Amino acid sequence: MLIEVRFHGRGGQGVVTAADFLAIAGFKEGYYTLSFPTFGAEKRGSPVASFLRISDEPIVVRDEIYNPDYVVVLDPSIFEAVNVTSGLKESGMLIANYPKSSEDLKAFLKTNSKVLTINATKIAMKILGRPTTNTTMVGAFAGATGLFKLETLKETAEEFFEGPLKERNVLAIEEAYRYMKEVCR
Amino acid sequence: MKIRLNIGAISEPLQSEQFKTGDWGTEWSFVDREKCTACRVCEQFCPDGCIEVKEIEGKEVAVVDHNYCKGCGVCASVCRYGAIKMELKELFKVDVC
Amino acid sequence: MKKVVRGFYSVAYAVKLCKPNIICAYPITPQTEIVENLALMYANGELENCKYITAESEFAAASILVGASAAGARTFTATCSQGLILMSEVLFNAAGMRLPIVIVNTNRALSAPLSIWNDLQDSMALRDAGIIQVYVENNQEAHDMVPQAYKIAEDKRVRLPFMICMDGYKLTHAYEPVDLLDQNVVDSFLPPYSPEVYLTTKKPVAFGCYAPPHIYMEFRVAMQRAMERAKEIMEKVFADWAEVSGRNWGGHLEVVYPDSKNFVIAMGSIVGLLRKVVEELRNEGISVGLVKLRTFRPFPVQELRKSLENAEKIIVIDRSVSFGYEGNLSIELKSALYGMSPEVISFILGLGGRDVPKDFLKELVKNAILGKEKSGFKGFKEFEEVIP
Repeated sequence: MLIEVRFHGRGGQGVVTAADFLAIAGFKEGYYTLSFPTFGAEKRGSPVASFLRISDEPIVVRDEIYNPDYVVVLDPSIFEAVNVTSGLKESGMLIANYPKSSEDLKAFLKTNSKVLTINATKIAMKILGRPTTNTTMVGAFAGATGLFKLETLKETAEEFFEGPLKERNVLAIEEAYRYMKEVCR
Repeated sequence: MKIRLNIGAISEPLQSEQFKTGDWGTEWSFVDREKCTACRVCEQFCPDGCIEVKEIEGKEVAVVDHNYCKGCGVCASVCRYGAIKMELKELFKVDVC
Repeated sequence: MKKVVRGFYSVAYAVKLCKPNIICAYPITPQTEIVENLALMYANGELENCKYITAESEFAAASILVGASAAGARTFTATCSQGLILMSEVLFNAAGMRLPIVIVNTNRALSAPLSIWNDLQDSMALRDAGIIQVYVENNQEAHDMVPQAYKIAEDKRVRLPFMICMDGYKLTHAYEPVDLLDQNVVDSFLPPYSPEVYLTTKKPVAFGCYAPPHIYMEFRVAMQRAMERAKEIMEKVFADWAEVSGRNWGGHLEVVYPDSKNFVIAMGSIVGLLRKVVEELRNEGISVGLVKLRTFRPFPVQELRKSLENAEKIIVIDRSVSFGYEGNLSIELKSALYGMSPEVISFILGLGGRDVPKDFLKELVKNAILGKEKSGFKGFKEFEEVIP
């Protein structure tokens, strides 16, 4: 089993952190994991991508992900700048931070893959007070795919974050996770 | 088709005009023309050089080019007249479906 | 303790366990977070008998370490690319003074044009410095290499600087599970550094003094002999490490499917991708094996000749180039195999961080074996040279 996930967003939203966070959580779930960013664009606001591989065997390949099983989009304004569905498997899934419905986005992207949306910016603004959507999208990804238990994500957040950020990020993860579980029911 | 490669990685000026950075970030700055005194402080401080004082309807005011504004907020914080506000882009205001 | 950590941390943590006395560095992407992590450990009081010195340049950092190492300190620095090149004047001296400084080089392309991304051009430029060079495939190997580097470099039969080369970004920025060593494992393996001779007022000496023509050459011959001895000592240290840690990274080479007719040879993180490529090609019925070259200096000539004695075709994956000739590894390999007659096809790819997708690499290797692909640069866009 090898699951490949590509994350899209903009510098400052935590695109890299999202993949890293899930690499740690995946390891806690008993998988081998590898996460790495596209590099160089460490500028707030510029489009960035990061990658995550999850496998039950040690991971040796380190090339970028061209045919992802899942695409996670952290930024609703990126669809015109970046072809996020590039190479996405038909059996795969796109999970996006988007203020409109899944059908709207699916029609806009003209993709055959499954599309799920969540207004992660709104949740992040409400809980974190700023539009950093990584933890929200981590929760949404876990809720939509069922690859991670909520408990594992919470445990990871406990280790990953410090101070007041910790609790608030746990709340953001939980709200998004439950929302996606509801949508996918 | 072959790409054209300037040997020596020689770059001609004004290349960055082609890179519209206005869709970066979640906010844009907006100038209140009533309060703006055209003091040019924001123009000097804007890290992207996308604020310019222009004459509009007979009054000199700071104008933000949203093709390039990344929403960093530096202009709003240096404006001594409270004339610049950062506002969430429309896209981020839409309610959940 | 197995943990998911970044490449930076896996190195910094291993350095801490080796109890260095002086850490001195100047920040450069993608190395910075190695010394950032060490600075944090230092600030938290986790590094005993250690001083962390911030330098004003890589040249200064290397110079400070030369002084420190000559005074008997265990020393560490990390750098890459322009930083390594700026250090080079000092590093040639360090090798000549026979100082066992350990350097982690997070391989990055050289300017110009400016690139912060990965290839092997920087460490290749230091090939002739008299520095031992080992290339690692993943962050566990980087982590494990640090105590081994000190043990080899500080061996009195060797006494040479040691450079661990790990791919910038591909490894440094990757989160993956790393089994972090226990302090007692490292302590049992690596004794404290206590050189016979060092700078002290009790018994004053000078390092790297003047050598006129009647004596200079002898020092250089001595360096060559040290490198030759290092080759054997490294084998022993690698084997000891396998025993102590339970992880066997092989010797100077790791050969996968040694009975193959065709071989691919490469260094660094791209070896992982080639493992998969070789696996897939074998499933298609193609006889292909893999040689992972770990030690680049001293160059393991005999080991390569033996492993490749029945090879009909060898495909070299280079990520650096000697302009006016060809890929660096290819040059070295052909020289090592002199008198043998395999066909050698050399590909230069992935320069300046150009991603090498698995399918692309597989096609290249396959076509090379089928005789449909020639040596040269691969994976670049056709261009027209323009003088603006």
